[in-house]
Amino acid sequence: MNSPLLSARGVTKRFGSRLACCNVSFDLWPGEVLGVVGESGSGKTTLLNCLAGRLAPEAGSVAYETASAGTVDVHCLSEARRRLLARTEWGFVNQDAREGLRMGVSAGANIGERLMAIGARHYGNIRQTASDWLDRVEIEADRLDDRPTTYSGGMRQRLQIARNLVSEPRLVFMDEPTGGLDVSVQARILDLLRGLVDRFHLSAVLVTHDLGVARLLTHRLMVMQGGVVVEEGLTDQVLDDPQHAYTQMLVASILPV
Amino acid sequence: MPDGAYNYAYLDEQTKRMIRRAILKAVAVPGYQVPFGGREMPLPYGWGTGGIQVTAAIIGQDDTLKVIDQGADDTTNAVSIRRFFARVADVDTTTRTEEATIIQTRHRVPETPLQEGQILVFQVPIPEPLRMLEPRETETRTLHALSEYGVMQVSLYESIARHGRIAKTYNYPVLVNGRYMMSPSPIPKFDNPKLDRNPALQLYGAGREKRIYAVPPYTPVKSLDFDDHPFEIETWEQCCALCGSKASFLDEMIVDDEGQRLFVCSDTDYCEERRK
Repeated sequence: MNSPLLSARGVTKRFGSRLACCNVSFDLWPGEVLGVVGESGSGKTTLLNCLAGRLAPEAGSVAYETASAGTVDVHCLSEARRRLLARTEWGFVNQDAREGLRMGVSAGANIGERLMAIGARHYGNIRQTASDWLDRVEIEADRLDDRPTTYSGGMRQRLQIARNLVSEPRLVFMDEPTGGLDVSVQARILDLLRGLVDRFHLSAVLVTHDLGVARLLTHRLMVMQGGVVVEEGLTDQVLDDPQHAYTQMLVASILPV
Repeated sequence: MPDGAYNYAYLDEQTKRMIRRAILKAVAVPGYQVPFGGREMPLPYGWGTGGIQVTAAIIGQDDTLKVIDQGADDTTNAVSIRRFFARVADVDTTTRTEEATIIQTRHRVPETPLQEGQILVFQVPIPEPLRMLEPRETETRTLHALSEYGVMQVSLYESIARHGRIAKTYNYPVLVNGRYMMSPSPIPKFDNPKLDRNPALQLYGAGREKRIYAVPPYTPVKSLDFDDHPFEIETWEQCCALCGSKASFLDEMIVDDEGQRLFVCSDTDYCEERRK
């Protein structure tokens, strides 16, 4: 465990003349959860998409340490390899569960999709695995054959997590996994995520604007403003002793209950 | 003599050449959908414009043409297409499967085993097998290019979860030569095993979508399934009321208004031959 799992160097992405993220560098170590916080429009999601190979950055590189094939540059891989990586060693949890799920097919089929994509051809086994995962994300087993359209927002999000984790990925990208959910549902999902990260020794890059989520889930934090990383460090350190004016403002804007 | 008002086999020579090029490419890459510049034909889309163009491109005066629709030689569509080629291409037509060199078909593969040298031309409404699962053409092309066919398996999973078995009965997806996912056109899955390693050349023409694809002779064609839910074809408890066949695809016919039913072969030529 002496090399980082994911290593970004000088990642820069523009949309026309607008700078979305500028010269972002970091290392993510195995078993670590890195949080990216900042206000809307600060380039968090663009950065995440660049890291996950969904967007090609103008400059910079993203190196990933694969399970078997050594270190690869995510953006130099062939599309076939990148997509294979994305559905085996990676997971991607969208803010809007509808983007990450197939709404037209049952929960079981949603969870089983990755298994079938990598060659599982035994219906009974796929269904059993799907059922196990439904249990792990605390959804009742009798909802296995229901479509996600009949699920509540929190259940959809948990289903999306199950669908991603079923292939036992090593690295999960999460884009506001608790955005748009009410606080009690948020709490359950955070609890669940914390348990899963611990149990499967996951590494994750978590994008959020919610400092509470960052505090609970992440080990290290990067604060972004206008596409630039203004501060980074251990989560507790950044949140308890913010150095940059913007971070101080962010921390000060948390509503006291 | 062919009808003098039109070029031989209706299409002009450049068009036929273009379609032949597409066919050659399709044969070279079994199951791959080759785009071609489909022409307006003198019949509406959905009535076999793709199949007619393929037939027009390969037909010659030595050919004997058979046209079937749902297995029958005497339905409107089959009769009019047969008459069309008799008029514009001056070919012999037949209803006998063994005598035909080209068989244009909609929704069936003849029961009589095909021979080397015969060509089966399918009329295809929707050539893209993944269309109902992935609406974006760019994405389906990528999925074919990278042979990512998990999503098709998902649809079969969903069918079992919902119905307890794979409930798809026609247009049942197949994998051609272990590489390309292909729609076999809306033939019943009963006919899928006939596609596998068939000695005849199979050509598929989609007129509206302007795609041609092919399965060369003796190419393996595998119907998708699960290990614990293997591919199965339809079976009937009845046998054909006319010829007594137990091995052919049967159509159910309502014969009166009191619920009387009759099961007969959908392949009329096969049925007639057995009754001789």
